Amino acid sequence: MLGPILETLIGGLLTGVLYSLVALGFVLIFKASGVFNFAQGVMVLFAALSVARLSEFFPMPIAIALAVVVMIALAYAIEFLVLRRLVNQEGIILFMATLGVTYFLEGFGQTVWGSDIYKIDLGMPKNPIFVLESVFPGGLLIDPSELIAALICAIMVVALAIFFQVTRVGRALRAVADDHQAAQSVGIPLNQIWLMVWAVAGIVALVAGMMWGAKLGVQFSLSLVALKALPVLILGGFTSIPGAIVGGLIIGAGEKLAEVVLGPVLIRMFDLAGGGIENWFAYVLALMFLLVRPQGLFGEKIIERV
Amino acid sequence: MSAPVGTVDKTEAAATPPPHASAPSRRSRADGIGAASVILALNNIEVVYNHVILVLKGVSLSVPKGHIVALLGANGAGKSTTLKAISNLLRAERGEVTKGSILFEGDEVHSLTANDLVKRGCIQVMEGRHCFAHLTIEENLLTGAYTRRDGNAAIKRDIENVYTYFPRLRERRTSIAGYTSGGEQQMCAIGRALMSRPKMILLDEPSMGLAPQIVEEIFGIVKNLNVKEGVSFLLAEQNTNMALRYASYGYILENGRVVLDGEASALSENEDVKEFYLGVAEGKRKSFRDLKHYKRRKRWLA
Repeated sequence: MLGPILETLIGGLLTGVLYSLVALGFVLIFKASGVFNFAQGVMVLFAALSVARLSEFFPMPIAIALAVVVMIALAYAIEFLVLRRLVNQEGIILFMATLGVTYFLEGFGQTVWGSDIYKIDLGMPKNPIFVLESVFPGGLLIDPSELIAALICAIMVVALAIFFQVTRVGRALRAVADDHQAAQSVGIPLNQIWLMVWAVAGIVALVAGMMWGAKLGVQFSLSLVALKALPVLILGGFTSIPGAIVGGLIIGAGEKLAEVVLGPVLIRMFDLAGGGIENWFAYVLALMFLLVRPQGLFGEKIIERV
Repeated sequence: MSAPVGTVDKTEAAATPPPHASAPSRRSRADGIGAASVILALNNIEVVYNHVILVLKGVSLSVPKGHIVALLGANGAGKSTTLKAISNLLRAERGEVTKGSILFEGDEVHSLTANDLVKRGCIQVMEGRHCFAHLTIEENLLTGAYTRRDGNAAIKRDIENVYTYFPRLRERRTSIAGYTSGGEQQMCAIGRALMSRPKMILLDEPSMGLAPQIVEEIFGIVKNLNVKEGVSFLLAEQNTNMALRYASYGYILENGRVVLDGEASALSENEDVKEFYLGVAEGKRKSFRDLKHYKRRKRWLA
């Protein structure tokens, strides 16, 4: 019994890392501008589409490099056409603006790249690895591509955490998140900061898009993985990079384990059909977290002076 | 009635020397001192919000290098707008300077960004402190050095310098700014501005919401900075009494116009200022009927 559970746990954790990768894009923009970027999911799709289509004409490394350029150009366009005009507006107005960006980008992506299902071949090993064969009969199955994704994610997280916490620009980003106008008043150029953070979020979306794209194929539903990032954010906190990781791991492992462990229990006790737990588990968990700890595990405390 | 008086006054300002140089007059002090020592000069600026709301209706003032100049007036007089017009933070609030010129060290700065202006040495400390709530005090100070390119050693030295002026900040250096007291936040905001090595600070209502004792402490430090570091201040305040004690020159703003200006000492002796801003009436308390008379005079002055 322990073997399958452990296997599920590992599989869940690795999927969770992929959730974290998507959530990371949200956190970056939220941290640096206090905007909940609804367009993040579509950015993942757009980035994946770019890589998939470009790789038809160029070798993969060049296609990826070009996709990075595309994402930076996109960041520039969003900053220039939308954000610049909305400095100092309420968060909800900026949120609405990203909603507009979402639907524009959804259609525009199809206009430019087409609406078929494309595939990304990153050349990652497909054959599953079996480990600990001496301990468990048959060993534990691990998907090597997920392992690689986890590794890339870990590197990105460490780099970003250091960037935010220690560097001058990272500090400026946090300052902008706290107070746009005050940041401007001390000479932090808002436009450059926003451009930078959207570009970084675009690149994170690109990495996430490549990983998910390689796993599921590049198609419209890829933008829906962003919805899985929501409970991750609520759990980990909107402003915390480590939170996005831990949240992703908990959700990833939690939903898989719930399916395996909770499923049979429900079936036996209530005579239910079972299954489908994976679909709602994350949201229920997030809901419970909202009641107890609205800022998430590692989110910035909501400061209220009395 | 008002038109001819105004005309006379303007021609008088252009001519030299005025007959009553020491008395509060509508003349800008820059005329008397010579342009070289003026760090900031506003000439007849007009500010419009949302393309329609005229907030400043021709404000002129000048700040001599190394001085504290007070900008006084009631709520909505246009003090903050004036400061934001100078620091170029106005655009974020959909305001625009539509007329006049703003000269910092002799250069027109109207088309620069706030960031450029900070690099040139003119920084605003906004009304209501605006510390970065989730950053520690020390991180707040460090953000003030964002525009600097002279290395970590110099920045570290300046942080120490800020701590010597504000010993309280040193004690709270690792505290999250959002949890510090109002006075500490005001100190943090001023210290943060200092970190950009400014030649001039536009200080907007440092006394807002603070206990009189803290206000006294903060004004003392401002004066100290002015004397020791040679930083010029343009100080927008409602607390007329306090501001005139520390400033060398003052302008009184009403409805977007400068209605009175003069040496701080002369202003605090001026009957109108005493009565309407310091709350000290000559003899017995006057009735509201007298306001009418003042309003008439205000029109005359404007």
